[in-house]
Amino acid sequence: MKVRNQLTSFLSLLLISVSLLTFQNTFAQDDPAVTAGKALFNANCAACHKLNKRAVGPALKGVSAKYDKEWLYSWIKNSTAMVKSGDAQAVAIYEEYNGSVMTSFPQLSNEDIDNILAYTDYTPPAAAAAASAAAGATAANSAGPDNTLILIALILVFGILVVMLFLVQRTLLRIADASGVEIRPVAKPKRTPLWLAFVQNQFLVFLSVVLLLLSSAYFAYGYFMQVGVDQGYMPVQPIHYSHKIHAGANQIECKYCHSSARVSKHSGIPSLNVCMNCHQNIAEYNGEEDLENGYTKDFYTKEIKKLYAAVGWDEESQSYTGETQPVKWVRIHNLPDFVYFNHAQHVEVGQIECQKCHGPVEEMEVMYQYSPLTMGWCINCHRETNVKVESNEYYTKIHEALSKKYGVEKLTVAQMGGLECGKCHY
Amino acid sequence: MASNKTYWKNIDQLDPTNEEVQSLEQNEFASQLPKDFLTDERTLADSNTSRRDFLKYVGFSTAAASLAACEGPVIKSVPYVVQPEQIRPGIANYYATTMADGFDFCSVLVKTREGRPIKIESNPDAPTLGVANARVHASVLSMYDTKRLQGPLAQGEDISWDNLYQQVGAMLKALAATNKKVVLMTPTLASPTSHKIIQEFITAFPNVSHVIYDTISDDAALNAYQKYYGIRGLAEYDFSLAKTIVSVDADFLGDWQGGGYSKGYAAGRVPKKHNQKVDMSWHMQIESNMSLSGANADHRIPTTPAVQMNVLAYIHDQLTRGNSAVSLSEEVKTAVDQAVVRLRTAGSDAVVVSGLTNETAQETVLAINSYLQSKAFQPEQPRRIRQGNAMQVQEAFEGIQKGSIQGLISVNINPVFTSAGGAQLGEAIKNLEFSLAFTSKLDETAAQCQFVAATPHYLEAWGDYELKAGHYALAQPTIKPLFDTQQFQDVFLRLAGQNQKYYDAIKAHWNEAILGSTSWNKALHDGYFASATNSEATTPDFSNLDLSALRTAQAPQMSLVLYTKTGMGDGQQANNPWLQEFPDPITRVSWDNYLTVSMSDAKAFGLTNRNTSNGALNGSYANVKVGETSLKVPVVIQPGQAKGTVGLSFGYGKRNGLQDEMQTGVNAYELYLKAQKTQTVSITSSEGEHEFACVQLHNTLMGRGDIVKETTLEVFSTKNKSQWNPMPQVSKNHMEFDVTSPEVDLWQEFDRSIGHHFNLSIDLNSCTGCGACVIACHAENNVPVVGKSEIRRSRDMHWLRIDRYYSSATTFEGDNDTKEAISGVGDSLSTFNEMEKAAENPQVAFQPVMCQHCNHAPCETVCPVAATSHGRQGQNHMAYNRCVGTRYCANNCPYKVRRFNWFLYNKNDEFDYHMNNDLGRMVLNPDVVVRSRGVMEKCSMCIQMTQKTILDAKLKGEEITDGTFQTACSNACTTGAMVFGDLNDKESKVAALHQDDRMYHLLEHVGTKPNVMYHVKVRNTDEV
Repeated sequence: MKVRNQLTSFLSLLLISVSLLTFQNTFAQDDPAVTAGKALFNANCAACHKLNKRAVGPALKGVSAKYDKEWLYSWIKNSTAMVKSGDAQAVAIYEEYNGSVMTSFPQLSNEDIDNILAYTDYTPPAAAAAASAAAGATAANSAGPDNTLILIALILVFGILVVMLFLVQRTLLRIADASGVEIRPVAKPKRTPLWLAFVQNQFLVFLSVVLLLLSSAYFAYGYFMQVGVDQGYMPVQPIHYSHKIHAGANQIECKYCHSSARVSKHSGIPSLNVCMNCHQNIAEYNGEEDLENGYTKDFYTKEIKKLYAAVGWDEESQSYTGETQPVKWVRIHNLPDFVYFNHAQHVEVGQIECQKCHGPVEEMEVMYQYSPLTMGWCINCHRETNVKVESNEYYTKIHEALSKKYGVEKLTVAQMGGLECGKCHY
Repeated sequence: MASNKTYWKNIDQLDPTNEEVQSLEQNEFASQLPKDFLTDERTLADSNTSRRDFLKYVGFSTAAASLAACEGPVIKSVPYVVQPEQIRPGIANYYATTMADGFDFCSVLVKTREGRPIKIESNPDAPTLGVANARVHASVLSMYDTKRLQGPLAQGEDISWDNLYQQVGAMLKALAATNKKVVLMTPTLASPTSHKIIQEFITAFPNVSHVIYDTISDDAALNAYQKYYGIRGLAEYDFSLAKTIVSVDADFLGDWQGGGYSKGYAAGRVPKKHNQKVDMSWHMQIESNMSLSGANADHRIPTTPAVQMNVLAYIHDQLTRGNSAVSLSEEVKTAVDQAVVRLRTAGSDAVVVSGLTNETAQETVLAINSYLQSKAFQPEQPRRIRQGNAMQVQEAFEGIQKGSIQGLISVNINPVFTSAGGAQLGEAIKNLEFSLAFTSKLDETAAQCQFVAATPHYLEAWGDYELKAGHYALAQPTIKPLFDTQQFQDVFLRLAGQNQKYYDAIKAHWNEAILGSTSWNKALHDGYFASATNSEATTPDFSNLDLSALRTAQAPQMSLVLYTKTGMGDGQQANNPWLQEFPDPITRVSWDNYLTVSMSDAKAFGLTNRNTSNGALNGSYANVKVGETSLKVPVVIQPGQAKGTVGLSFGYGKRNGLQDEMQTGVNAYELYLKAQKTQTVSITSSEGEHEFACVQLHNTLMGRGDIVKETTLEVFSTKNKSQWNPMPQVSKNHMEFDVTSPEVDLWQEFDRSIGHHFNLSIDLNSCTGCGACVIACHAENNVPVVGKSEIRRSRDMHWLRIDRYYSSATTFEGDNDTKEAISGVGDSLSTFNEMEKAAENPQVAFQPVMCQHCNHAPCETVCPVAATSHGRQGQNHMAYNRCVGTRYCANNCPYKVRRFNWFLYNKNDEFDYHMNNDLGRMVLNPDVVVRSRGVMEKCSMCIQMTQKTILDAKLKGEEITDGTFQTACSNACTTGAMVFGDLNDKESKVAALHQDDRMYHLLEHVGTKPNVMYHVKVRNTDEV
């Protein structure tokens, strides 16, 4: 009974701690005005303004304290008119920001603006959040045990059984000893040792030599075939660029950055001015963190600073210094010189998803080579993939003639001549 | 009637007793295999390497190689920081610009990849001079020349531009203050804005005078034109409007008057049927050296320059007066009479041109054409691309030497090298108070100058040109200057105290004076601008023309006729390995210039040529003496060279500013006295033997003479096709079948009716042999340069060669008889006579040969690793990475078009050409792999270009129209001889050409069914 009691208490402790870990820490914003304001702010203001930091426009934290509410209404709705009318405050801002005009938002109602201001004034109560999390933990006590717990319990039960069996045997032996029963070990007949029998059996030796040779040939072949195949190649890049954040979390279309994939044989590494399309305004990282790997917000923000250094962007003055430092990326996908591969052919004409060859890029924190990029891999796909002939006038005649010839409706790349040596080697 | 003429490639082949040639014909291998190279005891004893050492080396290298292979290299990719809008990696941009180096003027399109120019093409829309020759095509490589000047120099030391401006400005001011004469010497600039800038410069420094110096002078023609038309220019000709062409020493398919006439000429050379009549131009060439024009002529009369003058006077007299007192030899008279009759009947459809450097002769030509009212003769729109004045140049040179001129500014010219007595001139320049050379190379002249201003290549520079009256062209940079260079116009503007750049000056001048309502951007985009000038055609009075000098011209015992070679021109691009390795279309000799001597003169002087092996031609040396200057020149015996004349080409023999490998040949400018191309000369034989690299001797015909088919216009227009272009027959079950019929085919036929089926058509009638395609192929396909000694071993890498065949007699019957006689008895005496006659004035045929892309390819069946295979689109593929180098395919190829990489030709110090330095490698086409050692390569029918065309169509989602498919060679062919297209497109030009009666395939009887077709050459040789 004592043991059982201990076990129950242990289990319940375990349950509590696990539920503490798995508890979803939801950040609650009680005020609906703040929530609505946040949405509006992100949609309309975030391109030029940040809460705590000067960007294209001034930082907006606590802006309602600085200006009169009525003034703010008319400024946001039509700032140009205010500057023109000679409003002292308006002109001051206009001049402070070198005459850059703030976009007018006549579509925003006073209520909308109130919501935005509510959001800019809102300070998330950090201490309160932590308290509510602790409260949540106790509430979650009623949650049922999960699989791990059952497993641990089972292991314990079996362990106890083993111990009990050992105890029973010892007890039996003691009883036998006490009652004078002699237990003698059974004498084994003398046999030739196994290895000697094996060596003497010529057939077996022959068979195993053949097997050995075959298997080593197999492994040797496997070894040689992977020479030059860099599947999984995952070099460290000069800037830690996370496809997971860009293509995954932010869902940026691949070809937004790799735009030449649409027209050229190269997919192209985007030039840094493309990065700056967004990063002119995104100076720090505010997304999720992966603490286990050390990918903290600070870490990512530092990587953005590396970009600024390379492209010569001065955050203080929000301008380019002209001192650039091209980034030397490490090339991951390397085809030999004698292979011609064209991205436009596959991406634009064949309408193949980038992921087909490059894998789940949107989940890759660090980019790596997903496919083997061997000729067999190319050829296989050419055998299996149908050519996208629909609504492409180039194919109309050829498709008609070829599908009649092969008696099929869909044509594979191979049937189009996609296995010919000269199509890729010249 | 079919072409069963005897074709020969070299005079030795005509002599059946020549054992060397006979044994070569029988040899399967170009040279003997070294028999005793391993078993020879002495070699083994001499060697320091023991067997043990050898094993050590093997072991070490194997281990090292496998260790090195363990780790793959890390490849860096560096994108732009800010990507220029126009540049998308992997996509070529084209810019229209103009090449103008004072000798070659051409409107071109420049293909750039990732901002670097990699290929030059003709600008097809340009109305004037949009015809790129071999040199223009090769000029892109001259930009990536390691020997280019990388910055300005003063007294041979590097100096900054600011410093140079200061020092030069101060000196110029000092000279101007004391009014000391300074001469500014430029080549023909033909640039309206540059002339304006020079005028302003002269206003600022009035002691400067401007002299135009043409390296190869057209002074006589310029003077003649100026005399009658009042402006310094050259009469323009449009050969497409001429039915009868008589050329007296004018190589108009070569560099005569700046070239560019081949397009118009070829248009009239293709026989066209017009209501039962066949239309084709008739061309007679009267010349001394065998030129490209002579090789293409229907009739060619080899004569001395003096007789040419007589002939010109004779034609003039006959046409205008009906008789002539000029005495001509019987043979020449008969031929010229024929020409006169033709000229008279053709009337305004006829044209006479001349390249004689004699003013009266040039005036006579103008008079004859005016008399004929020739349509092809267009004096109202003169060419402006030659404006040199030999007299002024002579005066300037004398002034420099005598001390009356104290300063020299030379612009992109090299008179110390390019004038007779250049050495003395060089000394005089050294002693001048002030000398400044604008140049891109540290050449002979620049080496003597105090200041050297480095100039950019034309692909890095701005420029404007007036090519002919009213026809303008623009040049724009296609790359940032590679080195610290400045254009002379910019320097002049700054020295003259103007705050303007050359670009602004051009733009201002064009907007002001030239463009009218056309926008500057459009003109810059097009690269040319033709204003609608309707200048009146004035007919000058030629009645005072005095022809007595022509009528009585007497030939000296021996005349030297200087000429420019197709490959080298005036020699500005001598450091260009493509051009050095380019085989001359006539002699097929690369890496050299030589004295061309006629057969009989060679015998008289004791000069010989002999074939030592395939590709290796050895020639004796001759001492050539003109005036006091003597040169030792190797000799090539040239069939068709006029007796009593010898020829020597310019452009070779340069030493300064050239890599060692390119310092070839002798300098003919030393014999260019008074800028006259004809000189009296004395020849004596000299000791020693020169080794030539002559590619025509690489392979023998093996008795397959029907590789060139030709016929006469009469036969062509009256007889059935089966008589002049018969299909070879084979017998099966005692029945005759065409070799192409499926009945007798050993092969399984593939279905090629779906998709594209590429065919290349080559018309032997309009191919002039100019060789632009050869260089275009080099540029497009990264063909390596192998050097002279490798070419002598018949290891040239040209994917496309232009074979040149000589044939003996003008009539087929005569030729047949000769052939019979030779094979029958081998009577050495009679054959020798025949041979002499044949070599005196042979007919010439050019035949471009590249991989024939056989549908039934013999190479494909013998490849043990299936590295070469056939594509459905008709191309014979070559997978280099699969090739193991057995060379079975080359052995089995009946056309001998496969090329083997005997060595690594890139990044190898043994082959120190453009692929061995970073600068030169910038010209490589990134879409075509650079082949490695031990790999067979050959023409791919520019599969990278056809695939690109297909992809572009797929991306746009449209069908491909005829003319979109091109190969590098068909694109470069401006005469229209090469047409490329899709045979399955029934509307295409190439499909029509495939049905043409003149169409034939090379060695049809072999049954290879090639995808390259030829068109029978028709000669207009019948009597009137």
